Amino acid sequence: MPDSDTKILLDVRGLSVSFRTERGLVRAVDNISFRIGEREIVGVVGESGSGKTVSLMSVMGLINDPNAVVEGSIVYKGRELHGLSKRALRSIRGREIAMIFQDPMTALTPVYTIGWQICEQLRAHNKMSKRAARQRAVELLDAVGIAHPAVTIDRYPHQLSGGMRQRAFIAMALSCNPSLLIADEPTTALDVTVQAQILELIQRLRRDFGSSIILITHDLGVVAEVADRVMVMYAGRIVERGTTRQIFTQPWHPYTWGLHDSIPPLEGTRLRRLPSIPGSPPSLLSLPPGCAFAPRCRFRFAPCAERPELAGAGGHEAACFIPLEERAGLRAARGRALKEAS
Amino acid sequence: MLSVLIRRLFQMLFVMLGISIVVFLIFFATPGADPSSRIAGRNAAPETLLAVRHDFGLDKPLPVQYYLMMKHLFIARDLTSFVNRGQQVIPEVMEATPITLSLVFGAAFFWILGSITIGVVAAATKNSPLDRILMILGLIGISMPVYWLGEVVNLITQARLHDTWVFSWVPPLGYKPLTEDPWGWFKVMVIPWITLAVLYIGIYGRVLRAGIVEANQEDYIRTARSKGLSETRILLRHALRTSLIAFVTLFGLDFGALVGGGALLTEVVFGLQGVGKLTYDALKTLDLPVIMATVVYASFFVVAANAVVDLVYAAIDPRVRLA
Repeated sequence: MPDSDTKILLDVRGLSVSFRTERGLVRAVDNISFRIGEREIVGVVGESGSGKTVSLMSVMGLINDPNAVVEGSIVYKGRELHGLSKRALRSIRGREIAMIFQDPMTALTPVYTIGWQICEQLRAHNKMSKRAARQRAVELLDAVGIAHPAVTIDRYPHQLSGGMRQRAFIAMALSCNPSLLIADEPTTALDVTVQAQILELIQRLRRDFGSSIILITHDLGVVAEVADRVMVMYAGRIVERGTTRQIFTQPWHPYTWGLHDSIPPLEGTRLRRLPSIPGSPPSLLSLPPGCAFAPRCRFRFAPCAERPELAGAGGHEAACFIPLEERAGLRAARGRALKEAS
Repeated sequence: MLSVLIRRLFQMLFVMLGISIVVFLIFFATPGADPSSRIAGRNAAPETLLAVRHDFGLDKPLPVQYYLMMKHLFIARDLTSFVNRGQQVIPEVMEATPITLSLVFGAAFFWILGSITIGVVAAATKNSPLDRILMILGLIGISMPVYWLGEVVNLITQARLHDTWVFSWVPPLGYKPLTEDPWGWFKVMVIPWITLAVLYIGIYGRVLRAGIVEANQEDYIRTARSKGLSETRILLRHALRTSLIAFVTLFGLDFGALVGGGALLTEVVFGLQGVGKLTYDALKTLDLPVIMATVVYASFFVVAANAVVDLVYAAIDPRVRLA
C-alpha cells in the first residue's frame, strides 16, 4: 500500500477477469486488489500469462472481447470506472489514464504521420484548433527529447527508429496530461541503450508532469531502476508486494526468490548454469485450489493446499504460508543449495 | 514524381509491345490458324489461296508481317479488316471505346459505393444477424452469373413489368452517347451498371469485411481505443483506412480487365456494342486486324489501370511512397 499521507489515485478491489472458452472458464486475473498513490511509480512483475496486462487493460475498460467477464471495483479519483458507460469511459481513456505499449512499430497506425496521430488524440479530448493542436504536438515531441520536432512531426512511423517511435508514442500518451500512465513493457522491444533513455524519460514524467506510472514488465532490472513499489504476479494473483527495496533485499515469496535467481549475478563466482524455476506456469484452466505456485515450490507443505492470503507488515506482503521468521533462513539455505548444484 | 511517371510509361510501352508480339504469334504462327484459308472460304482452290495470301501479304516472312501490321495500326492508322474488306479497324475500336468506358466506370462507381457500405456495416456488426445476412447476400451476388442476371433483369424490365409504373422509364436496349443525351445515357446504362456491379459488390464487400476484421486485431486499433476515440472514428479512420490497400489492388486488376473487354457478357446481354463485343465478333470470324487492335487496346488499359493503382497506393500507404 502507498504511504498513508499520499493521496490514492486508483483503488482496485477484488478485480477478476475471466474468459469463457470452449474448454471452460479461464481466470486470467483472480481477485486482485491494489492501490496506486499520486506521483507513484509501481512496477508489476511476472512472467507471460500471469495477468499483468489483462488486469490493467481492464482498468482502462479496454477488454472488449465479448467472452470476457470483468468483476470487481475500480475506483479512480473517487469515481467507479467499472460499469461506466462507453462514452464516459472514452473521456477518461487518453485524457485521465493513458497507456504505452510494448511495440511502437505496430502500435501506431502506419498510414498517418505521428503528428496527425498526436493531434487526433488532442482534438478528441480538447476543443482546440488544428494549428493549436499541431503547436502542442511539436512541444510534446520536444519534451520527450525528439530532435527537430517541427520536422519529425510530419514523419510516418516507419520512418523513425524504434526509440524515436516509442518517444513519439509517449508524447502522444502524455498529450492530455494524464494523471495515470500505464506502461506495458515499454522497453522490451528496444535495445539496451534506448531502454535506458526511455526509462529516464518515464522517471522524468513524474518529475515534470506529476503523473503516476504503472510499469508492467518482466524485467526485474527495469523495476529496480525506476519503481517505488513492486507487485509480483503469478497465475493471475498478486503473490508479493512491497517497496522496491523490500522486494530486492528481502523477498518473502519463493516465486520472487526464483525470479531473483534467474538474474545473472554481477559478483562472485560465475554460475555454470543459471538456475531456473522448475516446472512451467500452470494452465489457467486448471489452477490448483490452493497456492498456485505450490506445484513448483520446493518448500511446499501441508497448508499450501489452502489458498494463501496476502499478509505482512509495513507495506510488505506475501501470499505464502511459510512463517515470517523462517523465510530469510530458508532463502539462504536455498541459495547455498543452488550454488552447490551448479 | 515525373521520373516515376516516365518510367511507368516506358514499362507500359514495353508490356504492350510484348503483348502485341505474343498475340500476333498466337494467330499467325500457330499451325491450323492460317488466316488465308479463312478468308478464301471453304474448299477454295489452291490458286485462290495463293492469291489471297499474296493479296493480304501473308506470304511475307513473319517479322515483316508483324511490322506491316503495326505500321498500319499505329503509324498509317488505316488497318483494315480481313473479313469486311475496306472496313477500317481503328474507327471501329474508337466507336466501341466510349460504350465500354461508360459501362465500366458507372459499374465501378456502384461497386465501390456498395462494397464499402456492405463491408463496413458487416465488419461493424460482426457476427450479428445483419452481418450474416449481408455476407449471404454477397455470396448470392458472387454466385449469380452476369449473363443470367442480365437476362432476368431484361425479362423483368423490358417485358414482364415494363408496362407498370416501376419500369416504364426503362428505354429499349442499346446505347445513347453521353454527349448527345446525358439523361438518356443514364437511363440506358443504369441497369447494366448495377447488373455488372452486383458480382463485384459481393466480392469486394467480403474482402473489405475480412480486411477490417483483421485490422481490428492490430495493435494500433488497441492504441486508438486507449486514446479514447469513438468507435466510429476507429472503424473509419483506422481500420477501414488500412484495409483499403488490398481493396485497391483488387480493384486495379478487375477494372483494367473490364475496360479491356472483360465486360463482354454484360455488353452482349444489354446490346451494347462495346470493345468486348467487338473482340468477340472478331474472334468468331478470326478477323486478325480487329483482334490485334482490340487486344493492344485492352493491354493498354490493363497496364494503365495498374499504373494508376500504383499511384493510388502511394497516396494511401506512405510505406510504399518513394523517398
